[in-house]
Amino acid sequence: MLIRRPDACKSSEITPEQHYVGRRKFLAAAGVLGIGAVAGFVPNACAQDGQDPQVLGKPYGLQKDDKPTPWTDVTTYNNFYEFGTGKGDPVENAKAFKPRPWTVMVDGLVAKPAQYQLEDFLKPLVVEDRIYRHRCVEAWSMVVPWRGIMLADVLKRAQPTSQAKFVELTTLYDPQRMPGQQRSVLAWPYVEGLRLDEAMHPLTMLATGVYGRDLPNQNGAPLHLIVPWKYGFKGVKSIVRIRLVDRQPKNSWNISNPSEYGFYSNVNPEVDHPRWTQAKERRIGEFFKRPTLMFNGYAEQVAAMYAGMDLRKNY
Amino acid sequence: MTANAFYVRLRAMREPRWFGPALIVGSCIPAALAIGALASDIVGGTRFFGSNPVKEGEHFLGEWTLRFLIFTLSVTPLRQLLGWNWLAKHRRTLGLFAFGYVSLHWLTYALLDVQLDWHDLMKDLLKRPYIYIGMIAMLLMASLAITSSKNMIRRLGGRRWNRLHNLIYVICILGVIHYFLAVKKDIEDPVLFASIFAFLYAWRIWKWYTRRKAAAVTAAAIATRTAIGA
Repeated sequence: MLIRRPDACKSSEITPEQHYVGRRKFLAAAGVLGIGAVAGFVPNACAQDGQDPQVLGKPYGLQKDDKPTPWTDVTTYNNFYEFGTGKGDPVENAKAFKPRPWTVMVDGLVAKPAQYQLEDFLKPLVVEDRIYRHRCVEAWSMVVPWRGIMLADVLKRAQPTSQAKFVELTTLYDPQRMPGQQRSVLAWPYVEGLRLDEAMHPLTMLATGVYGRDLPNQNGAPLHLIVPWKYGFKGVKSIVRIRLVDRQPKNSWNISNPSEYGFYSNVNPEVDHPRWTQAKERRIGEFFKRPTLMFNGYAEQVAAMYAGMDLRKNY
Repeated sequence: MTANAFYVRLRAMREPRWFGPALIVGSCIPAALAIGALASDIVGGTRFFGSNPVKEGEHFLGEWTLRFLIFTLSVTPLRQLLGWNWLAKHRRTLGLFAFGYVSLHWLTYALLDVQLDWHDLMKDLLKRPYIYIGMIAMLLMASLAITSSKNMIRRLGGRRWNRLHNLIYVICILGVIHYFLAVKKDIEDPVLFASIFAFLYAWRIWKWYTRRKAAAVTAAAIATRTAIGA
């Protein structure tokens, strides 16, 4: 009997991947020997963008000494594994990415499922500029002036049915356009989820821009989920699908390492990551560490949603 | 020039006079760059190490520690391959630099990253495997650095000293495990370092095996000759 998987021989996809992997291996080998590890200094230092664009928007939950993180840091220090696992990889590898034309599907347990062109998706909704605190699970933080729409508005338009309990958001899967997906670092496509009340919360945004400009590719263009009281990895990028479901979705980092990354991922200084403390954070651009705040400083607005929950278990 | 002739010339190469000083100066360059970049980034707000210089500098110095361990373990294969026996006396320099880099790596962690918060340092040390594995490796390296002088070789006796310094094989394994455990998800770089160490270990095992076989053949030949003679 001849057993052949239909996807076994798409040569058009295999070849570029090998080139890609081969090139990476070569660069990595050079890196191990230290060639380039030293030369890599200069381009980093020149990453200045001239002047910072103007900070726009209303501050939400900022502490009195919170200042917006410079544009250069916001747009060059990114975790976006679809474009590489290094912090500087996305800005390099996402240069050629085209976030338009773009379609977004809103479906699942909704009265009005639809597939939208990005322009139609955004047009009727209110766009706001908001300055939020951002806390990465890796214990660094930023303050970012986002521009975007409220996820609640998107959901209301689709009219969730009474069975809808959770929202699942999915990144584009296209290894040609997102070279990081050619390596199985995570189970692609990247998926994140929120409880419906979290998704409907007035702080939960879909960013379309930053610093009053269109969202740069490395920041998750054209649509990037922002949930400021949760760790940054909840903020799924380059979203193509928003699906309402009745069961808690499996989120990518939880699938990849369940003991380290949970579903809720609320910023919590009292619950350590197994490998480091979450009680402190380094604000990008600052040397001395800051204490991390419960729910990243948004406790007043969101704590009620988690009343009675064991946050140590539901990390 | 044929490849063979090139190899012959390479083997015949004697130690250039500049080699020792150049090795020391070259070995200092990454450390000098790291210290300069960290100081400039932290004090002057430059971005030589990117947006999170402390983390980046910490990783940079950790990787250079592994590189110097690789360089140290490469001395013997290079001697065997190229006949450059003069390399042997530089092995200690390389090993001491590995210790220097691990010290800087740890100082960056303790002073700049954890900022000498004793509570956090202790919690890290007791609770987090990648921290205590790294720490054990560093302490073992310290014991080798302390006993690296000629005087110590004499005091310990060659055999005991050799046995102690075989700890480098344990240290490299601990170092690589520390690296594996420290990365979040992308283990490409740890795998790469691990495979280089694996190659250096395999080389030694292969050499040891062929030497043993050759010894056995010689022993057998002597035994035969003795038998015939008897």
